Amino acid sequence: MTDAWSPSKRERERRGIRRRRRLQSVLVATTLTVVVFAGLGLAIVSSPGWPSVKDLFFNEFHARESFPAVRDGFWVNVKLFLICEPVILVLGLAVALARTARSAYLVPVRLLAALYTDVFRGIPTILLVVLLAFGMPALQLQGIPNSALFWAGVALVLSYGAYVAEVFRAGIDSIHPSQIASAEALALSRAQALRFVVVPQAVRRVLPPLLNDFVSLQKDTALVAAAGILDAVFAARDYGNFNFNYTPLVVVACFFIVMTVPLARFTDWLQRRYAERERAGAR
Amino acid sequence: MTDLGKKPGQPAGTPLLEVVGLRKTYGDRVVLDDVSLTVRRHDVICLIGSSGSGKSTLLRCLDLLEDVDDGVIRLDGREISDPRVDPREVRRRVGMVFQAYNLFPHLSVLDNCTLSPRRVHGLSRREAEERARDLLATFGLADHVDKHPDRLSGGQQQRVALVRALCNRPDLLLLDEITAALDPELVGEVLTIVRELAERGTTMILATHEMSFAREVATTVCFLSEGRILEQGPPAEIFSAPREERTRQFLRRVLPG
Repeated sequence: MTDAWSPSKRERERRGIRRRRRLQSVLVATTLTVVVFAGLGLAIVSSPGWPSVKDLFFNEFHARESFPAVRDGFWVNVKLFLICEPVILVLGLAVALARTARSAYLVPVRLLAALYTDVFRGIPTILLVVLLAFGMPALQLQGIPNSALFWAGVALVLSYGAYVAEVFRAGIDSIHPSQIASAEALALSRAQALRFVVVPQAVRRVLPPLLNDFVSLQKDTALVAAAGILDAVFAARDYGNFNFNYTPLVVVACFFIVMTVPLARFTDWLQRRYAERERAGAR
Repeated sequence: MTDLGKKPGQPAGTPLLEVVGLRKTYGDRVVLDDVSLTVRRHDVICLIGSSGSGKSTLLRCLDLLEDVDDGVIRLDGREISDPRVDPREVRRRVGMVFQAYNLFPHLSVLDNCTLSPRRVHGLSRREAEERARDLLATFGLADHVDKHPDRLSGGQQQRVALVRALCNRPDLLLLDEITAALDPELVGEVLTIVRELAERGTTMILATHEMSFAREVATTVCFLSEGRILEQGPPAEIFSAPREERTRQFLRRVLPG
């Protein structure tokens, strides 16, 4: 545009008002945040039992001493998570797809998938971990790994696969039938319609609940401690029992927080990107 | 620049809505440029022009759905483009209907129509339902009161959307191409309602592609082109003897014959 527009006096006033209001809200936010956090901190620190709690849970010496053991143990949790997560995604999606299949040939698969989700969502994860980690190696099967860690991982995959399958299925069901209709109208097969039209939309939609399950899985890798596997929690408890101090447990908690936060930010970013690209102007 | 909207010879008194020098940009793109418009009570203003000429943006600015980049909007003499004005105060008095109906799919027709009267205007359930049933019946929707919107045809949905806006008894009604998403055979039933509203003296601003309708009900027709009101006047004048070449070109394209 070539017109030499410059803001009118009224518009400059308005911008001034907007700027002042923005400043005001920043000020309110900052003050309130400081007051609330200072108040919380003060309430904790001034409580009668704080000195002994501080010594028992937030002891700097023990934190430093236990750090290497916890870090090495945590590596087990990270490995478990990194290996289990992709397997769970594949298993979950496969089970969800099996449950939405309409072909007569696939009825047994469908029933099996339904049975799987019902059973494995019903069993507490910690039970599954203990049962598999102790039970499977005891069978002394040939040709498959017999370590407790492997079977603990399998237990996590089975348990979380069932959850994730249900999340995927909810996502697939939430896509409007007209999408399938228009895909089929383009002569796509049902499988192609799922693969290229329904599942991509479903995945975008279920991203937040999936993240929820991921974070939950990251934390539940700590359950393998119950099967005597030397992960971060086991290492921390080991140290704590020996030195009568719980600080290592707090250290483990910090480790887990540091691991989950980046994932949460990453999903936020993904969501925002999808929204910007696909919902422009749909206010 | 500001006297475009002023019509000398009209009786004095504050206009219901006054727009002066409105400007709206999206990044580098100027969508509305120095738009001025005066709406008096019982006026029916039709905004015409090709897609992208700024009709919808103008309506959205008037309902404060968009912040304007310059210019002033006054409702009953009070400036509503001031950032300190609560948009909800304005929207209590101004109704808007969208091209895509935007009914709430989880609520029945009746609940769609009573939501705002009950929650915003503080009517009791009985009063709100009475008012909604009355209006729905008037516009031939008595049989659909308890259905959910997706059960209805497009024309019926758009009529419900109109009733939903009317249930708030707005002083001004903004209609954003409300027939653009409808089958030609369903357009009539919606326009009939708008015509009735016009006859009852409802003040309206509507963006429309229905030229014969605009000619028939409008008190003023505004032709928008590239974000400017290029020409405005009574329909007889705009449709029969347009001043601007671009208006002529546009009308040649959209008018049959």
